[in-house]
Amino acid sequence: MFKLLKNLIKDPMFVIGVVLFFGTIVAALIGPYIYTAAEEGLSYESPSSSYWLGTDNLGQDYVALLLQGLRNSLYVGFMAGIIATTVGTLVGLFGGFKGGIIDDILNMFTNLFIVIPSFVVLVLVSASWPEGRSLTLIAVLIGLTTWPWTARSVRAQAASLRSRDHISLARINGATNLQIIFKHILPYLASYVFMVFIMQVASGILSESAISMIGLGPIGEGSTSLGVILNTAKNNSAITYGYWWGIFPASIVITMIVFALYLLNNSMEGVFNPRLRK
Amino acid sequence: MLKKYPTTRYVLLRAIWYFLTFLVALALNFFLPRLGSDPVDIMMAQSSFSSPEIRKQTEENLRKDFGLLQISDNGEIVRDDNGKALAASKASQLVNYISQVFHGDLGTSFKNQKPVSQIIIQALPWTIALQLPAIIFGWILGNGLGALAAYRRGVFDKVIFPLALLMSSIPFFVFGMVLVYFFGIVWEIFPAVGAYDINLTPSFSIDFLVSAAYHYILPFFSIFLILAGGQAIGMRSMGIYELGTDYIKYAKWLGLKETRVLAYLFRNAMLPQLTGLALSIGQMVGGALITEMIFSYPGLGMAMLTAIQTNDYPVIQGVTLLITSSVLLANFTVDILIALLDPRVKQSLAMDAN
Repeated sequence: MFKLLKNLIKDPMFVIGVVLFFGTIVAALIGPYIYTAAEEGLSYESPSSSYWLGTDNLGQDYVALLLQGLRNSLYVGFMAGIIATTVGTLVGLFGGFKGGIIDDILNMFTNLFIVIPSFVVLVLVSASWPEGRSLTLIAVLIGLTTWPWTARSVRAQAASLRSRDHISLARINGATNLQIIFKHILPYLASYVFMVFIMQVASGILSESAISMIGLGPIGEGSTSLGVILNTAKNNSAITYGYWWGIFPASIVITMIVFALYLLNNSMEGVFNPRLRK
Repeated sequence: MLKKYPTTRYVLLRAIWYFLTFLVALALNFFLPRLGSDPVDIMMAQSSFSSPEIRKQTEENLRKDFGLLQISDNGEIVRDDNGKALAASKASQLVNYISQVFHGDLGTSFKNQKPVSQIIIQALPWTIALQLPAIIFGWILGNGLGALAAYRRGVFDKVIFPLALLMSSIPFFVFGMVLVYFFGIVWEIFPAVGAYDINLTPSFSIDFLVSAAYHYILPFFSIFLILAGGQAIGMRSMGIYELGTDYIKYAKWLGLKETRVLAYLFRNAMLPQLTGLALSIGQMVGGALITEMIFSYPGLGMAMLTAIQTNDYPVIQGVTLLITSSVLLANFTVDILIALLDPRVKQSLAMDAN
């Protein structure tokens, strides 16, 4: 374990990823409390000493909006990631370990929901549910439609572990199925599940920003996300009039979070999968 | 059944499976929009009417169009004693919807009374013309770069890999907006919106084609470069993985020419990449919808955006159904491709049969 960490820290991609990612988390967690939003100004004021990143079409301070958007986007990403990873890991572990008819049924559901596009479900529900469209609803929908990816890969890994000697030994010693799953199979998959979780968080953030861009994003006081900021700027001609501060900061923040998560995932893959190392 | 022809049997079983999946998708497409508020109520709330009679008549027509009312055999609305139209049960609505879809009838747009299938047919060529070349060229460039990075490693890999990773983390619409901002607004090199000059009507005249090509460049690059990034990452790790396998080491020890070794490597690393290509083509319709919205490109993305803004549910449902169908079709193709191309899968199919 220590050696793995040492290998990770030597990788510049990992270090950059960690710094970027924890930077955004700290900004999202404490930013809204230590930064007080400037008074409302005019529509689209350009960046100045009183508005560091200018104002939006309603004259709101962009820095405050971005901090809140970042917080909400991360909330959706983590929530979706946690739901998808939990459901996917449980379904995959259980099916892969049990085999037989239970595996067949779970696998059928996995294969069914893997081909039905998550985006379609998001659009259909969001379009018909304007009153309940909250950050949480969107996060839950993303989580409940993306778990099959995790389930499929966890199942394959669990199935290959099932016939290992240490599992048979545990069984001879009278361990229950649950004990075997949690004590003897899950630890082998932990790094793998964590990497999948990182990717699910990234795709949750991207899905939320995509659904917000088509105007079906979260509605309600305080539910501004990075996608909503961009969509509002686009709908209020920020691009056409060249108000770059309406588009670039939010774009950079989204890209940075996703890039940080990809960096983390890739550098971990390099360490846990020694074949990729040179 | 068909034990002697394992491949045919496999293809048939897959076809049946995908057909059943399609039915589930149809049911979802039907029920999900009905989970929340009644679409007809939403639409009625948006418009005003001169008299209550007209209002009632419009609402009844909308409900009939949406398949919410009981219809008798001669096409009349079934009414109770007070003349109130009776609502159809959910089950009969679903059966109706499915039979309509299989007859190619996707309903009528609420907004302009055009058949949804016609709206889709008008928009689809633009989407394909924009995205298919972007996907294919992005795939070629990405795989080339990825293979090179895997083979050369060193400085080349250290530059290409993080760059590709960065490209693939940019959402399509973000890159689209950045391109529009610089090339369309600030430097005014390329037109910022539309697929052709609005003063022209679509035809095959030289003027129109030149204008269409000119408008094509920005949206094309906004998809092409990002896809290339994602493909490069996939190909790079496939390549590195294959380079470490025994058969490549063996080939090298035999002293085969480098190009020969590379050819073996490519053939094996290619299979997952080919299935990736088929999947991207299937996701084409849904994948970069938002790019079209940024550029006001008159494809399916724009059609869906307009429909969402006006609560035009039949059009939304039509587009989502098309997205799902093409993803299903692509997955089916991939399953077949793998069965035909991958010797390992072929072998296991033949073994299962015995």
